Amino acid sequence: MKLTLKIWRQKDANSKGKMMDYAIDGIDGDMSFLEMMDVLNENLNNKGEEPVEFDHDCREGICGSCSLQINGEPHGPDRLVTTCQLHMRKFNDGDTITIEPFRAKAFPVIKDLIVDRTAFDRIQQAGGYISVNTSGNTQDANSIPIDKHDADDAFYSAACIGCGACVAACKNASAMLFTSAKISQYALLPQGQVEAVDRVQNMVRQMDLEGFGNCTNTGACEIECPKGISLENIARMNREYLSASVKG
Amino acid sequence: MGILDSKVPSGPLADKWTNHKNKINLVNPANKRNIDIIVVGTGLAGGSAAATLAELGYNVKTFCYQDSPRRAHSIAAQGGINAAKNYQGDGDSSYRLFYDTVKGGDYRSREANVYRLAEVSGQIIDQCVAQGVPFAREYGGLLDNRSFGGVLVSRTFYAKGQTGQQLLLGAYSAMNRQINRGKIQPFNRHEMMDLVKIDGKARGIIARNLITGEIERHSAHAVVLATGGYGNVFFLSTNAMGSNAMAAWRAHRRGAHFANPCFTQIHPTCIPVSGDHQSKLTLMSESLRNDGRIWVPSKEADAQAIRDGKLKPTSINEEDRDYFLERRYPAFGNLVPRDVASRAAKERCDAGFGVNKTGEAVYLDFDAAITRYGHEKALTSGHKEATDKEVRTYGEEVIETKYGNLFQMYEKIVDENPYKTPMMIYPAVHYTMGGLWVDYNLQTTIEGCYAAGEANFSDHGANRLGASALMQGLADGYFVLPYTIGDYLSNDIRTGKIPTDSPEFDAAEKEVRERMAKLINGKGTHSVDYYHKILGKIMWNKCGMSRNVKELQEAIDEISALRADFWENVRVPGSIDSKNQELEKAGRVADFLELGELFAKDALTRNESCGGHFREEYQTPEGEALRDDENFKFVSSWEYKGEPKDAVLHKEELKYENIELKTRSYK
Repeated sequence: MKLTLKIWRQKDANSKGKMMDYAIDGIDGDMSFLEMMDVLNENLNNKGEEPVEFDHDCREGICGSCSLQINGEPHGPDRLVTTCQLHMRKFNDGDTITIEPFRAKAFPVIKDLIVDRTAFDRIQQAGGYISVNTSGNTQDANSIPIDKHDADDAFYSAACIGCGACVAACKNASAMLFTSAKISQYALLPQGQVEAVDRVQNMVRQMDLEGFGNCTNTGACEIECPKGISLENIARMNREYLSASVKG
Repeated sequence: MGILDSKVPSGPLADKWTNHKNKINLVNPANKRNIDIIVVGTGLAGGSAAATLAELGYNVKTFCYQDSPRRAHSIAAQGGINAAKNYQGDGDSSYRLFYDTVKGGDYRSREANVYRLAEVSGQIIDQCVAQGVPFAREYGGLLDNRSFGGVLVSRTFYAKGQTGQQLLLGAYSAMNRQINRGKIQPFNRHEMMDLVKIDGKARGIIARNLITGEIERHSAHAVVLATGGYGNVFFLSTNAMGSNAMAAWRAHRRGAHFANPCFTQIHPTCIPVSGDHQSKLTLMSESLRNDGRIWVPSKEADAQAIRDGKLKPTSINEEDRDYFLERRYPAFGNLVPRDVASRAAKERCDAGFGVNKTGEAVYLDFDAAITRYGHEKALTSGHKEATDKEVRTYGEEVIETKYGNLFQMYEKIVDENPYKTPMMIYPAVHYTMGGLWVDYNLQTTIEGCYAAGEANFSDHGANRLGASALMQGLADGYFVLPYTIGDYLSNDIRTGKIPTDSPEFDAAEKEVRERMAKLINGKGTHSVDYYHKILGKIMWNKCGMSRNVKELQEAIDEISALRADFWENVRVPGSIDSKNQELEKAGRVADFLELGELFAKDALTRNESCGGHFREEYQTPEGEALRDDENFKFVSSWEYKGEPKDAVLHKEELKYENIELKTRSYK
């Protein structure tokens, strides 16, 4: 396969970036998208040029490191996969592929295709935990029976990998799918009830402070989410928030 | 005592840990506030240690190369976590978990450490549930368990195929609580470049900010290394792309012994390499071997035709298939342990019977299972005279409920439908049992430098059992280190803050800068990956699933030559003082080029076959591993002396007072 790549290059956070064109040949359909990027970088390196930097780590779709806005979509055209699990067989010989970083005010570019997603960490730090000591003096695990359906739903919310595709997909750059998934995990479990009021208020406050936009229910986040995190989480967060405002 | 004092407490096995905890020194809460601890690595071991130490009151700094602690590679663990809870009432106990682990490790681990691991395993589950980890549950609301490789009880707790993710997010949430309180200062996108020793004690690290390139000094009263394994020395492995041994290796160069480097686990069921572009390998859960039958064509011509794309596996008749595991190991069949299954697959491929265009793959076939389940489901659905086609449909439904997500992942990667044609699999490097030598307190041979999780060597001997890595990481971090480190730090209550302007910090930083300057002196001809791939090929071909004297010696020579060439001819573009992924890789590969040689040397000196270490010279007439307890019942602990060839071997003799040594047989 022969391709033309249009890639965002930016030296660092303070420099101005621009799109650059690269021609690439010999791409096999069995390669993952990031392996195609490896080939490009090897070529650039051999020519004495600086490789394109992008975040990646596990390359099996679970760590949430990889990002990339590919032809305008977070993680590219395939569904329920991260960029590292996207394969080149989804593209055709002669295609032009546009590759940009995830765009959001709260995700500033660090270099090339790498963005700073520490805003997500700060939202979690504001309340994404249960305040239980880790010293091991807790009660027996089976002393808290939990309805299987609630446990399963909590798992589906907890399956979020924190990649930021929801923010990149959203025209408002909203982080509500991400934030609500963590709030939902705890809201669905008895262990999460004690701090429920403070949690939702603190996490939502931090989310707003970071400069993420609001949700206008377009649902793009759910469609682009590589883990299929459901919009129901946002509805649940809104209920939690409302009930916290009344109680709080 | 000698340098290798394991410090195992006296007394009966089951009382050692309790007695030890009762006797060791504590640090009072007011003094803890004056003590700093550095934790490098934020996976299950590092994340849980950091959270617990901060909660106790110490000032903790964490370091990880990822952009968030949540992305450490523990996140990719699939199957589950073992714990001797005996919720199923099937006879499980701490002793049984201890016994299974020591035996599974082929009798090359330390009894007291393994017993403690089994003893605290139940607390891990309590802890994680309290934190809100959504484990799988039964309809009655209690926790569900499943069975894992090679044991007779159901003791594995799980969260679908994402247990590692959920446990890590639990530890990350505990960290977040402490970050919010200001007790943990996280340094993400930072890499440890060196360990700083003052008066023989670990007192800090030199780290590089991976965004700005800035070199930073961080001091502490103790340093915990929880930086994972070194599987990426093979280039291709199931590890993350960034997984590296730099922190452990830097500590090794400063005096921490490296133990059993040649004990590596090669997992039999991974998606095979598809071509030279391959960057990493993907694991398919061990559970698939419950229902899949492994085979290759029994005629070499058929294998060739498949490789050439002229024949499909489904058109090979039953009598022309070689179900080699069932043939060689009739008692255990497709469910032999990981090391045995991996070696058998390699043997067939080496003999010319491999499939896939590379010739390095075998089939994992669900056809028989689909038919078997299909018949059963047809009957239980009241469909007594189902046609073959209907039986297949029923059977595929059953397989989908059991393994649906794995089948989907396979299809995404390979672009073949595994319900219709057999999966192709091949072994891949997955986990390293070897690591930094630690005593019972998890302290390395450097005072004040601790190692936890996969980074240490302690609990898995020569082979790790499934679902035990998560258990060990969390046991070390939540329940072991927080106690043992206090004993050491009780001597530091009057030390005060460690200054970073000392000659020791100056010297360490200078070395780091010189090393980087040497790397980036970019007039070379080859990329970092070029060297990493060659190293990987040497390791895989000569230090992989089976090893022999001749090839190990060749590996040592080749790696040594490759290392010299690397320092002469590597090309690293960009600059030191900015974000530079090539420079990051270069530093890691430079260390792998030393570690790889020590690995080969360790394999060469261990004249026996045990667990993941198979030496062709030491096998039974039937081709099975031949352990030598008389001469090799010890931990090989290597002391750094410059070049890997000069490393000095120290032996920690292993004593088995509670378990009788036996031969593992799977016939």
